[in-house]
Amino acid sequence: MKKLMMTAAVAALTIVSTGFSASAADKLKIGFIYLGPVGDLGWTYMHELGRQMMVKELGDKVETTYLENVSEGPDSERSIEQLARTGHQLIFTTSFGYMDPTLKVAKKYPKIKFEHATGFKRADNMGTYSGKFHEGRYIQGVIAGKMSKTGTLGYIASFPIPEVIAGINATILGAQTTNPNIKLKVIWVNTWFDPGKEADAAKALADQGVDVIMQHTDSPAAMQVAAQRGIMAFGQDSDMIKFGPKTQLTAIVNNWGPYYTRAAKAALDGTWKAEDTWDGLKEKMVLMAAYTNMPDDVKALAEKTEAEIIAGTLNPFKCPVLGQDGKPVECKGGANLDNGQILGMNFYVKGVDDKIPGK
Amino acid sequence: MGLLEAIIISVIAASTPLLLAAAGELVVERSGVLNLGTEGMMIMGAACGFAGCWLTGSTFIGALCGIAAGCALSLVFAALTLGLAVNQVAAGLALTILGVGLSGLIGAGFVGEKITPAPHLYLPVLTGLPFIGKILFGQDGFVYFSVALVIGIWWFLYRTRAGLVLRAVGDSHTSAHALGYPVLKIRLLAVLFGGGCAGLGGAFLPLAYTPFFIPGMTAGRGWIALALVVFSSWMPGRLAAGAYLFGAVTIMQLHAQAFGLGIPSQLMTALPYLATVIVLVLISRARGSAGSVAPASLGIVFVPDR
Repeated sequence: MKKLMMTAAVAALTIVSTGFSASAADKLKIGFIYLGPVGDLGWTYMHELGRQMMVKELGDKVETTYLENVSEGPDSERSIEQLARTGHQLIFTTSFGYMDPTLKVAKKYPKIKFEHATGFKRADNMGTYSGKFHEGRYIQGVIAGKMSKTGTLGYIASFPIPEVIAGINATILGAQTTNPNIKLKVIWVNTWFDPGKEADAAKALADQGVDVIMQHTDSPAAMQVAAQRGIMAFGQDSDMIKFGPKTQLTAIVNNWGPYYTRAAKAALDGTWKAEDTWDGLKEKMVLMAAYTNMPDDVKALAEKTEAEIIAGTLNPFKCPVLGQDGKPVECKGGANLDNGQILGMNFYVKGVDDKIPGK
Repeated sequence: MGLLEAIIISVIAASTPLLLAAAGELVVERSGVLNLGTEGMMIMGAACGFAGCWLTGSTFIGALCGIAAGCALSLVFAALTLGLAVNQVAAGLALTILGVGLSGLIGAGFVGEKITPAPHLYLPVLTGLPFIGKILFGQDGFVYFSVALVIGIWWFLYRTRAGLVLRAVGDSHTSAHALGYPVLKIRLLAVLFGGGCAGLGGAFLPLAYTPFFIPGMTAGRGWIALALVVFSSWMPGRLAAGAYLFGAVTIMQLHAQAFGLGIPSQLMTALPYLATVIVLVLISRARGSAGSVAPASLGIVFVPDR
């Protein structure tokens, strides 16, 4: 009985979705490793939408499996290897913390293709892909600088990794263009997903005079707190307008579907190569939700900023970029910071009133 | 609203789900049963509580659904550990895994839906009082119930005959059995009570704390509740102190970060755990022999002889 119950429990935990047909001989088996539950309305949800879009595009040429709620770090290795051992030829690992485990499994299974999201380690059979989310953050900063009456923005941050730090920097650089004296309070919650804690952080920020909240965590909890307090907020990962119809200014929307379709097609054609893909607003991997709850002039400014970034005439990390100490940062990319500097960002720019944890 | 007042209100909200779940588990463990399934029962309470409230529009019915879900799951645990004398640790862990999976399935249809959060008490003059008004007279029903629950449990355990019997069963089930007390029946009631409390604690999250449902939204609070029971040395007063201390340090560290105090956030995140463990251990030591120790029969399977 106990054994039976355990089996049932494990089956309930690991919800595995597979294709409809039983014969998978000529199909490409594709696996996904997800950080949260597919219904988190945030990061994992958007990857799941991407997977669904790919399945819709490619139909019965592919067969997909996903494992959800896979913890980051060494523990994830088992899950990745499980997909590798069960005949998946292309495996997407969709969070930064899967980087080393993915690399380890990739070395063990050289014939299987791996794609790791938001990381920087690659191999012959392991590519990386990520979105230029900082482009969206810069636009949010521009809007927030205009919209904040208290001149203080609040940022709920997850873990001190380059992507998150680049997001914070891009926000303040954007905000400084519309309000040179803007202040930014940062709270690190050390989790990607804990609605209660995200709400608590949002309350703490609101209590300390913040009137525009942005987040780099995955649930709509902060949006709801902002709605209750009558302040403004930005959605994260997906359009969260439903949770704050009078609160959301815009949202960064992660659009993975086109990339997943492209990678799967390449794997089907035999043209797949381990590459470093980093797409932004221009390639539509990052989308902005509708600009709402703001005056027309702010909306026009936001749209103009977005258009300039897409056209390539505006770069959020245009040199000179001043470090926290006010000294310019070395500019490796000529006119702008180069991709390596942004992808490995481990310093704050001038105006951020915080210390990077662990530094 | 002053900053301190706002902080205290946040602390009470953060502590309430822990207090509800931990209070129930305390009674379970006092009867000699170790149910590690708190997290599973809480998340089931969250899913069913939200479903109940969404379908009826009533927070009260939602809370009842949460309690019912926690009870139902704990009944599975009782059937295994009391009926079939299965190992309690294994069954409890299985319960958590089952609860997390099942709640995701039940709640899948409700993800993204919205409800009206639980109403807060409003008394004409009292709620308007400066500082203490909102703290004492402006909370939601869950908060008042959780305080009443802890007081009620204390009264039950130490001031009633039934409470004495329950403690006796937890300390020596063979003796209690020899005296003619129905050990398994008492434990069944305790387990159901604990399940109901955990379900209510879980239901608090989507009904009052963050008014939406997302799978996995309890995010480990069931485990913290379990730890609180141990560190409170199975005493209701200390349990309440521990729960509020944990909530307080959790909220304070967020505020400290927003103030830009420059303390590493990893340390800040660990602080609630450290502070709670240290303080409760110190209280236990200071009380010396007066401190309660673990129920002697805790976690031991009881099979009545004939």
